[in-house]
Amino acid sequence: MAAVMPQSAPVPKGGRLLLSGNEAVARAVWESGCRVAAAYPGTPSTEMLEVISTYPDIYAEWSVNEKVSLEVAIGAAFAGSRSFCAMKHVGMNVASDALMTLTLTGVVGGLVIAIADDVGLSSSQNEQDSRYWGRFAHLPMFEPSDSQEAYEMTKAAFDFSEKFQVPVILRMTTRINHVKALVTVGERVAHAATGFKKEPARWVMTPAGAGKRIPLMFERDKALRAEAETSALNFVETGKDRRVGFVASGPAWMHVRESFPDAPTLKLGFSCPVPVEKVRAFAATVDTLVVVEEVEPLVEGELKAAGIECHGKDILPRQGELAPNVLKPAIARLLGEPVPEGITPAAQVFPRPPTMCVACPHLGVYYTLAQIKNITISGDIGCYTLGAGHPWNALDTTISMGASMGIALGLDKGRAEADKDKRILAVIGDSTFLHMGMQGLLDIVYNGGNVTVMLLDNRAVGMTGGQANPGSGKGIHGQETPRVDFAKLVESLGVKKERIHVVDPYQLPVLFKTIREEIKVPEVSVIITDQPCVLIDDYKKQKPFEVIDAKCTGCGNCVDVGCPAIHVTRREKAVKPSGKEVELQFVNIETTVCTGCGLCVQPCAPEAIVHADLTRPMRLVRH
Amino acid sequence: MNDVTNILVVGIGGQGVMTATEILAEAAIALGHDAKKTEVAGMAQRGGVVSSHLRFGPRVLSPQIMAGTADLLVGFEAAETMRWCHYLKPGGLVLMNTARLVPPVVDLGLYDYPDDPIAEIKSRGYQVHAFDAMAIALELGDVRLGNTVMLGAMADHLPFPPQVLLDAILKRFAARKPHMVEVNRKAFEAGRAADKAAHQQQHAEAAA
Repeated sequence: MAAVMPQSAPVPKGGRLLLSGNEAVARAVWESGCRVAAAYPGTPSTEMLEVISTYPDIYAEWSVNEKVSLEVAIGAAFAGSRSFCAMKHVGMNVASDALMTLTLTGVVGGLVIAIADDVGLSSSQNEQDSRYWGRFAHLPMFEPSDSQEAYEMTKAAFDFSEKFQVPVILRMTTRINHVKALVTVGERVAHAATGFKKEPARWVMTPAGAGKRIPLMFERDKALRAEAETSALNFVETGKDRRVGFVASGPAWMHVRESFPDAPTLKLGFSCPVPVEKVRAFAATVDTLVVVEEVEPLVEGELKAAGIECHGKDILPRQGELAPNVLKPAIARLLGEPVPEGITPAAQVFPRPPTMCVACPHLGVYYTLAQIKNITISGDIGCYTLGAGHPWNALDTTISMGASMGIALGLDKGRAEADKDKRILAVIGDSTFLHMGMQGLLDIVYNGGNVTVMLLDNRAVGMTGGQANPGSGKGIHGQETPRVDFAKLVESLGVKKERIHVVDPYQLPVLFKTIREEIKVPEVSVIITDQPCVLIDDYKKQKPFEVIDAKCTGCGNCVDVGCPAIHVTRREKAVKPSGKEVELQFVNIETTVCTGCGLCVQPCAPEAIVHADLTRPMRLVRH
Repeated sequence: MNDVTNILVVGIGGQGVMTATEILAEAAIALGHDAKKTEVAGMAQRGGVVSSHLRFGPRVLSPQIMAGTADLLVGFEAAETMRWCHYLKPGGLVLMNTARLVPPVVDLGLYDYPDDPIAEIKSRGYQVHAFDAMAIALELGDVRLGNTVMLGAMADHLPFPPQVLLDAILKRFAARKPHMVEVNRKAFEAGRAADKAAHQQQHAEAAA
């Protein structure tokens, strides 16, 4: 194994540590003697692999996508190593092809798959419920309620996985992944790999082979169900107020106990398969049973199918978190009690959506795209999705990782007669392109699409914090790796050499001219931008700029760049010689945060933006 | 759970809100408390809203503070403090940086920045200690010290002695940036002094 191990990272000793759910899982993975861990970054799951990569004696990698990360973990588990992979909820959509057959083979070394659901949509394109995968793939699922449980369940999951030769899914949510809480940790216990044993009937899933494994999977279901009925992860907390008893899992269980400290609860830690008989016995001890589960009514439906009466989504929302502010009024209404008085309403304040960073290389791309008319732009998943916002309003679609390619081709092939002169562009980042975009581009080339692709290569997975990918030339530990040559790659996919351009996104005139020329060509072009993400070490800050107040004419061209370091200090109405009324926007640059990219200097006609005089004391921009 | 202390710290991505709350949590833990700290900050790195909840006490269950129950609201930015003030318990105390960080949507003329966030917050019956933490930090030589200034301002409003919080801050810098220990001590004391001055000013206003 050509594993690159970190240089003997100092490992915090056992004891009580303040850890996020992600950090707690990472610690448990390492302590469990796991030897191989893989993931593709994705909020809120990213820190699991990031932290694992700081521990010694475990191979860790950023994979090109979630499917590959699962396949790497599967291979390691087949070789008898304990292995781990982590992904956000939508990652499993990508990885599920492997998962649905993995359930037939099972594993030798323990395999734990952590899936992080973004309940509440802090940074995702949907809010799907990953608990379906446990049902769909006939796999056991553990659901922690805080960091300590995340730690303990991860360790339990490895043992369980080996005992039943089945991968275990650890279902987390943002409110577990990103909450820091105290965790009592231990020490690592090594687990040597047992070695790969040739067994084609088990590892080679042909139709005949798979047909023989399916009944075994059903047998395993029975064993898992029996296990869930007796598992210590499913337990009752008694309470003296028996009017309502709660069945809850994940963070919702903590919210229930916070909201109704005197109510009995049945905590589902081993939540799939549902321990139906345990719930039935619990239900008999309370007047009314309420299932508190975030997102879909899965447990509720299964209990009802088993003839257990309960409330659930009839009184609780199907979207978002089930925090005390949601639970308390819902239960008060159920009991016919007065609903707790509303709190003081929130003050009305402007929204503060996320913005691109100061000097981000994508700013030049969107400034340019916003000026080109008669185009439709399919976007993708990454920082550059923010191009859909102000002031650019440039992106027209966003669906899933890599989708900008296929959607652009579909927009081209399915265009209406009225749109026959519209140009179709696709915008995609380097890591997203390598994750799932390459195949889409190949499809455009193969099927003769008329699409101009903007491949924004910033050498990092920007949105999740600047992680490395095969286009960075660096691995998870910062070690040197082969770097993808995007121009060669797209040429080998069939894009004509004269249709491939590598452009500096800080050179606005060149960028504008290149895009204008390529959208006129009725075939596929790829324009690659080549400046690094400002969050990574490759980015070099330059001397900041400032505005000479006396020279600023208020034209507002620099404001259209969308850099958060540029602020409008005053607005004035003015009448042009043509008689047209315009609003002038006089600006200032926040010199303390400007890194001198020069994007705003280029559209400034009166040359009012100059390098800052740093000998003067720094000043704050005041409004 | 009346024995749990709820502190809400708010601001925008990049201001050190999450770090400040983590240091507070470490101080509480050093005294033997249980603690949970939560925020939704997936895209906060991009200048978005950050609200960090800290709850500590003998045993903490839910990590989230319910609106109307925070014991203390600490705002790193004026409009953000206003945005979250309804999380405070009635009549609760607000410690706030008066600095205004204007987002692009305001610069683009799509929304207005509130004229007087302090007056808005006071009109809801909360006590307000307001001071310019960024200016104090810049006087000490580095705008990033604003974080420690804000922690200093909290020091006299916690259920434990100021020294415990100062120790937690300095321990962190001693481990990572030892040359920053002394200037952080100064920033902490400057924050405490700013809070005291703001407190006296509030009293004077109330008396007038």
